Amino acid sequence: MTNGDHHDRDNPHDENRRDTLRAWLDQARSVAEELYFARYRSTIARARRDQDDLFMLLVFSEMMGVPNPATYYTLELQPLLLERFHEWHTRMGMDHSPLDHFRCC
Amino acid sequence: MSAIVILLLGLAGMALGYFIYSKFIAERIFQLDPNFRTPAHEFEDGIDYVPTNRFILWGHHFTSVAGAAPIVGPAIAVIWGWLPAFLWVIFGTIFFAGVHDAGAIWASVRNRARSIGAVTGDVIGPRARSLFMIVIFLVLLMVNAVFAVVISNLLIANPSAVVPAWGAIIVALIIGQLIYRRRANLLTVSIIGVAALYGLILIGPQVPIVLPETFLGLPQNALWIVILFTYAAIASLLPVWVLLQPRDYINGLQLFIGLGIVYAAILIGNPTVVAPAINPEVPAGTPSMLPLLFVTIACGAISGFHGLVSSGTTSKQINNEQDVRFVGYFGAIGEGSLALAAILATTAGFATLAEWQAVYHAFGEGSVNAFVQGGAAIVANGVGLPESIAVTLLTVMAVLFAGTTMDTGIRLQRYIMQEWGTIYNVPTLKSIPIATLVAVGSCVALAFGAGGLDGSGGLLIWPLFGTTNQLLAGLTLLVITVIIVRMARPMWFTLLPLAFLLTMTTLALLIQLVNFYNNGQWFLLFLDVVILVAAIMVLLECVGVLRKHLRENAATRTAE
Repeated sequence: MTNGDHHDRDNPHDENRRDTLRAWLDQARSVAEELYFARYRSTIARARRDQDDLFMLLVFSEMMGVPNPATYYTLELQPLLLERFHEWHTRMGMDHSPLDHFRCC
Repeated sequence: MSAIVILLLGLAGMALGYFIYSKFIAERIFQLDPNFRTPAHEFEDGIDYVPTNRFILWGHHFTSVAGAAPIVGPAIAVIWGWLPAFLWVIFGTIFFAGVHDAGAIWASVRNRARSIGAVTGDVIGPRARSLFMIVIFLVLLMVNAVFAVVISNLLIANPSAVVPAWGAIIVALIIGQLIYRRRANLLTVSIIGVAALYGLILIGPQVPIVLPETFLGLPQNALWIVILFTYAAIASLLPVWVLLQPRDYINGLQLFIGLGIVYAAILIGNPTVVAPAINPEVPAGTPSMLPLLFVTIACGAISGFHGLVSSGTTSKQINNEQDVRFVGYFGAIGEGSLALAAILATTAGFATLAEWQAVYHAFGEGSVNAFVQGGAAIVANGVGLPESIAVTLLTVMAVLFAGTTMDTGIRLQRYIMQEWGTIYNVPTLKSIPIATLVAVGSCVALAFGAGGLDGSGGLLIWPLFGTTNQLLAGLTLLVITVIIVRMARPMWFTLLPLAFLLTMTTLALLIQLVNFYNNGQWFLLFLDVVILVAAIMVLLECVGVLRKHLRENAATRTAE
């Protein structure tokens, strides 16, 4: 390493320039990401929500009278999915839980 | 005439439109309010309703509305000379398209960001809403059929584009996987994707692919059309992130690069426009310019399709109501500048008038291939690319546009089919494969039914597509006008374009009706009658609803 290199690295101008470049690249990346994702955000989020709904219904399936061989394992997931359950029934246009023996709110 | 002069005049006209006319419309007619709480904020959910930066939103809006249509329309319409097409594109963009697109976003933003079809139901009535659905279905049907024919013609005329055009699909598939499975940096992926696409364009001319003359009794055109629809059907069934999303993204990048190259080439090479300003000797069989120009160029001057994009997705993401002007009006200007590039490529890209006349020897000839040939000559001359590569570049640009529109179009048609299945209780129609099959089947039937087995006459339906598109624009303008009348603001700025559009559309339909009858084209005649009935119903709705509201306004004024 020469003295000159050492000098360059410490040069506040260069630091600044590197920071500016990094900031610019970050900004370019976030613009590109927005351009890539924004248009399909809703389609993909909706597809994901459908999958999550299906999973939630599997977890709660015994309550609706659908036998589920994995109940033993899914039982402990139920408390975790309570929030989702509430969100789901309100989204489906039902103010309260549709299940008589399972009150939600 | 120098192409630069026309280019600068056009751009200056549109700039004036943006800075003066759109300001007037935004401040006086729509009265955009910076303090209005937009649906993106009111219903913000991170899914549909997301306040979005206006430049990003403009990028999406523009790439969603820009497609092959603003290229095909002007490329056919220059047969009457460059001046009529130029004037209609510029004045259409300023007084029609900009107001229509921004108006559709505004109307939707003021109605909880619902689609313009739903707003129609509220503002005008359920009958107008059904009419809207039918017209949308017809537009999609025709756009898919026409674009399949356009792509097939392009791939046959320029075999060098076959490898890059289909290779772009593989590039998109890989990008999609890299982003979602590997979470790769998007900037790096974009650079790799664009480099791969342009690499394919460079090797395209070395590996031209020509399909056999006939295969299983099908001629080349028909074969491509069948392959394209098979592809579109499969593509429409894939999850959007696998193909459609990366494909759209690459297309968007390619749109900006391609448009940049064409504009730079015109500015550097300054080609001469060889086509006449007004063609004194149009080929025999060319319909009269007066109504037909206004339906031949739909996208690029005014297009109802934009209203669907404006109200479906854009309006849910408007951050501040004042952004409506930039996103909507400037989006229309982006489209106008694409149409302007198409006009210049098809009129200044030929060495002599005789050469131009040889290409435009009949109505519907020339078309996109004239854009590709003429544009390639300009690019080769201006930027110094070898002509074979320039031809491949522009063909790929046009094919990618048309292809993505087909992907989306078939998907939307499937949704409509499934919705009809639900409304009319036809369970089979609700299934995804069957709905797709019916959607694709109807498009194939139209593509072959309009022009015979060789698909050569497929472009005959272009003006019919234009009329349907204009009808849709008319319906949207009607909705905007009614909202404005209800607010007791001046209605002329939307009513006059509406009246002009409906008059031209109806006239064009009548003239085409006579032509189809004389030529014995019964299938097209049937379509024409269907659209004519829709047009008359739109007209009656207009008169009825406006009379009602004007009378109400007058009554309130006397009461006061």
